Amino acid sequence: MIAPAQGRIVRLAETARSPVDFWYDSEALRALDGDTVLTAILLSVRALRDAEFGLEKRAGFCLMGACQDCWLWQETGPRLRACSTPVAQGMRLLSQPSDAWPAATPEGET
Amino acid sequence: MTTRVLIVGAGPAGIRAAQTLCTAGLRPTIVDEGARAGGQIYRRQPEGFTRPLEVLYGSEAAKARALHETFDRLVASDEVDYVSRTSVVSLAAGQAQVLQDGKIRLVPFDRLVLATGAMDRVAPVAGWQSAGVYTLGAAQIALKAQGVALGAQIVLAGSGPLLTLVAWQLHKAGAKLAAVLDTSSLGTQMRGLPDMMARPGLVWRGARMRVGLGRLYHAGAQLERIETDAGGPVAFHWRDARGRAQSTSCDTVGLGWHLQAETHLADLAGIPFDYSTQWAQWLPHVDPMGRAGEGQYLAGDGVRILGADGAEIAGRLAATACLQDLNLPTLSPHKDMQARVRMERFAQGLSRAFPWPAKLVRATSDDTMICRCEGITAADLRVGSALGENEANRVKSLARVGMGRCQGRYCQLIGAELIAAKSGMSVEGAGRLRAQAPARPVPIGAYQIENDP
Repeated sequence: MIAPAQGRIVRLAETARSPVDFWYDSEALRALDGDTVLTAILLSVRALRDAEFGLEKRAGFCLMGACQDCWLWQETGPRLRACSTPVAQGMRLLSQPSDAWPAATPEGET
Repeated sequence: MTTRVLIVGAGPAGIRAAQTLCTAGLRPTIVDEGARAGGQIYRRQPEGFTRPLEVLYGSEAAKARALHETFDRLVASDEVDYVSRTSVVSLAAGQAQVLQDGKIRLVPFDRLVLATGAMDRVAPVAGWQSAGVYTLGAAQIALKAQGVALGAQIVLAGSGPLLTLVAWQLHKAGAKLAAVLDTSSLGTQMRGLPDMMARPGLVWRGARMRVGLGRLYHAGAQLERIETDAGGPVAFHWRDARGRAQSTSCDTVGLGWHLQAETHLADLAGIPFDYSTQWAQWLPHVDPMGRAGEGQYLAGDGVRILGADGAEIAGRLAATACLQDLNLPTLSPHKDMQARVRMERFAQGLSRAFPWPAKLVRATSDDTMICRCEGITAADLRVGSALGENEANRVKSLARVGMGRCQGRYCQLIGAELIAAKSGMSVEGAGRLRAQAPARPVPIGAYQIENDP
């Protein structure tokens, strides 16, 4: 689990937007409307997820859809690319795949 | 039926190509990964953001405005079919497979214009797999499209025009830079200057940015490693031009050595490639107008890295070539062809002034990662290569370098450099990774046919 001691990203401009509340690893976080998921999370946390093949964390790399470093999970199942997906009110995001993977349960097919 | 032209990418090249095709009465379809047209360099901020264009694009604000307005007008008058937030993932004869809203669909076309742009080119620096290490382009996108800095204390390292530009933009926007480390020495940079003077205005602007950065900027830096803890970078270790060891505290790093053409779709379209020693990378084979194969045209940084101005010219030229081949009336390409020669000369100067750091890459320590996707080290590749395989695709099979989710975009040229160093052959001799479809990751459900029971 990523310890949310402090964020990585620093806001320099565009601070007069309406707030958006969302969940990341069962923690309530707040961002602004127009933030990407990557921006939204890294304002409060230092990384997005664990690396699959190493001990380090990952926090995105190219921010333009080329590197595929910033994929995250949602509680509803589908993954998303954090750098190019706008954060939305009530989103429930995970740094790791959920134990209750919807695809594993037929009734979770929504 | 009118000719169906598919343009991939709505940056400066794609937009000018679309506009040119429209003047001949065609109605091109433009498939673009962006939420709004503009590409990377003229990327637009989301709706609701309020910074003026002068803040976002500096001296290039007028060009950005002209480009955005041109395209908005074409969309508003229904002269083009603009498909945003959509990726072309595969190409076959006359059909593009696109991923839109989590579904795959087919877009048929008669002629294809690829304006896919470029991405940052990176060299491996020990520790670069850590969270908090980004590309220079990422730092610029974060600032432009989100109004944020990726860290509270940033070291930028690499070489090329983007290094100075991003540093200056961040500095001006109030981000805290700890150091700007250019691996090109001042002497090397001077050798590129005569050709760069083909565009004296750009040289002047770059020089002014350098002055603005003052003592933050260091030419001739030798990069050693990024020291990290669990949360990301804590220091950048490097040597200055006089060889003295330096350590700069930081929490974020941006890396980039000029650009690398995004050529995945050109490869899937069957377009042949040549190795460019000037750019030290493989580039699609085109004629001076951007013609590739039958009915295929390439424009912008995805074929020759000439920057945004060059991309606008190349977009017009590629569309003009397309119109010529269709026997439709065109304006004379003469002026654009001349301007392009000037751009080429400038680009030649740039590539000489800010070279790819082949020596640094070849000296990559065994435990340094070269594939960020799958955590493959230089030693892993050297073993794969040592088994007697000195061809990039074979080394990929043995060492998995190029098999990760970025599909070799970031490791391919690093890998080729290491194979060449190990085997004593040229980088060109190591070969080129064959592109595989899909060009972007596609969830398997996206291929599901709608009326499946």
